[in-house]
Amino acid sequence: MAEPLGLFTDTSICIGCKACEVACKEWNQLPGNPPQFRDSFDNTGQLDAQNWRHVKFIEHVPDTPMTAGNGHAWLMMSDICKHCTHASCLEVCPTQAIIKTEFNTVFIQQDVCNGCRDCIGACPYGAIGFNQDTGTVHKCTMCYDRLQNNMEPACAKACPTQSIQFGKLADLQKKADARLGTLKAQGNPEAQLYGRDDAVYGGLGAFFLLMDKPEVYGLPNKENAVLPRRNNARSYFGALVTGVIAVFAGMVAFRRNGSDSAVEDGDGSRTTNG
Amino acid sequence: MAEHFVQSPAWGWYILGYFFVAGVSGGSYTLATMLRFWGGERDQPIARIGFLVAFPLAVVCGILLTIDLGQPLRFWHMMVNATPGNYGLSFKYWSPISLGTWALLIYSGLSFLSFLEALGLLAFLSGALGRLLNVIGSVLALFIASYTGVVLSVSNQPVWSDTWTLGGLFLASALSGSAALLAWFAHSRPDATSTQRRLLRADGIFALLELVLIVLFFGTLAAAGTLKLELAGPWIIIWILVLASLVPPLMDLGHGRPAVSARGRTFTASTAFIVLAGVFLMRLAIIFSAQS
Repeated sequence: MAEPLGLFTDTSICIGCKACEVACKEWNQLPGNPPQFRDSFDNTGQLDAQNWRHVKFIEHVPDTPMTAGNGHAWLMMSDICKHCTHASCLEVCPTQAIIKTEFNTVFIQQDVCNGCRDCIGACPYGAIGFNQDTGTVHKCTMCYDRLQNNMEPACAKACPTQSIQFGKLADLQKKADARLGTLKAQGNPEAQLYGRDDAVYGGLGAFFLLMDKPEVYGLPNKENAVLPRRNNARSYFGALVTGVIAVFAGMVAFRRNGSDSAVEDGDGSRTTNG
Repeated sequence: MAEHFVQSPAWGWYILGYFFVAGVSGGSYTLATMLRFWGGERDQPIARIGFLVAFPLAVVCGILLTIDLGQPLRFWHMMVNATPGNYGLSFKYWSPISLGTWALLIYSGLSFLSFLEALGLLAFLSGALGRLLNVIGSVLALFIASYTGVVLSVSNQPVWSDTWTLGGLFLASALSGSAALLAWFAHSRPDATSTQRRLLRADGIFALLELVLIVLFFGTLAAAGTLKLELAGPWIIIWILVLASLVPPLMDLGHGRPAVSARGRTFTASTAFIVLAGVFLMRLAIIFSAQS
């Protein structure tokens, strides 16, 4: 297996130009969804089968004018499939269409997927979408075809500010640590790394430097970053207990014995109520 | 409080239909086995009807599941790993859909044998072997009727993943609906009065179990902070209808000896319809509210 590769997205220097979105669509031949006007600079909306990169705009627009030094940051984040070490989508996929590649990225085999869509409900980041034309689910491949040819993903190649950096995961983690140290030293106490370590899904192949809490960016925090299988045992146990009670109830209701049976079998006719 | 940023899998009417039909099929098979084991000679015609109902509905289950797929012709990928160079059977015990696929396949085979036996075509299954088949088939039938709830819970969807009660809730409601359905069949047979009474008594117990599980379901959602989502908009009306559908079986339970008379409170096709509608609506509210 090759050394794990990844993407480090530093949101502190994202300018919201969406070059990553365009480059992703061009390389992966994604036609995109029909344009929509929203009450936002975000005209992509969400990650889905056509948008494997999505620049989120967290627009803190105050109701009243802010005083100097008391404003809100207008946050931007180029979102993508996180290529989780412990991936929820891969865990639930019944066809084994979702696999880990030799680069430790998560990949959906289009010729194996049968479009059951279980992975969509499992992905905690909403990174997977269903394509009606192909009848299968799609998401970022981290440009698997480019990786196999020693090229960097299209989004990282196109990013003009180097907000998106590609490389060996271990190298990116060192860069991220250094960048976080700089930001903290510059007086940004809210700055934090998301998915840098194994606290979230065993570590993310595409991890982030955030300028606020993960929830602000629509990312589950450490407590909410949980795998679907957490519910397996307790759900089956609930069903098992119900089943045992139901079988016992059936035995009580159906067993023929004593006077009850004699009365009911003896008349053979319908009884009346009262 | 649970926070969710997930997208909807867009599971719609086919999946709802599957959850409903799987429940009635599994419930009917289980009740038929119970009648065969613990009932008397007079109960056997209705037990046979239970087996005759279970298999055709299992076939419908397979059809609904297949046509819901984005690539229906690849339905067999659920059972066979089609990854080039890695061919073999596909079985993931930790994935409820994978487990359920195999369970449904085996259950369909066993319910087919019971179907033929109920038609009198397989004499060798009328003895101990047939009873063994019924026991194994019932274990799978109970699984089929309940695992659909587990499928929902083993996700990151709001509501579905915030509770452990769905497997049990789906099972209790499936058994209640199946008991009402078989009681309706019994209603048309003059020699099955006592069988009908037993089925109504069982239905009452299952409805009580379902009511307890609905309370637990709401309680777990309240703790997770997603109860509002489940009761928002039209869903509260659906839940009121679901609770109303529990009234007839609970009244039967309250009477002790359920009435089956034409002059008293009559068990009719409409009573069975009300209970079955409740089974359907409960699944509808749970499937669609979380995705709205």
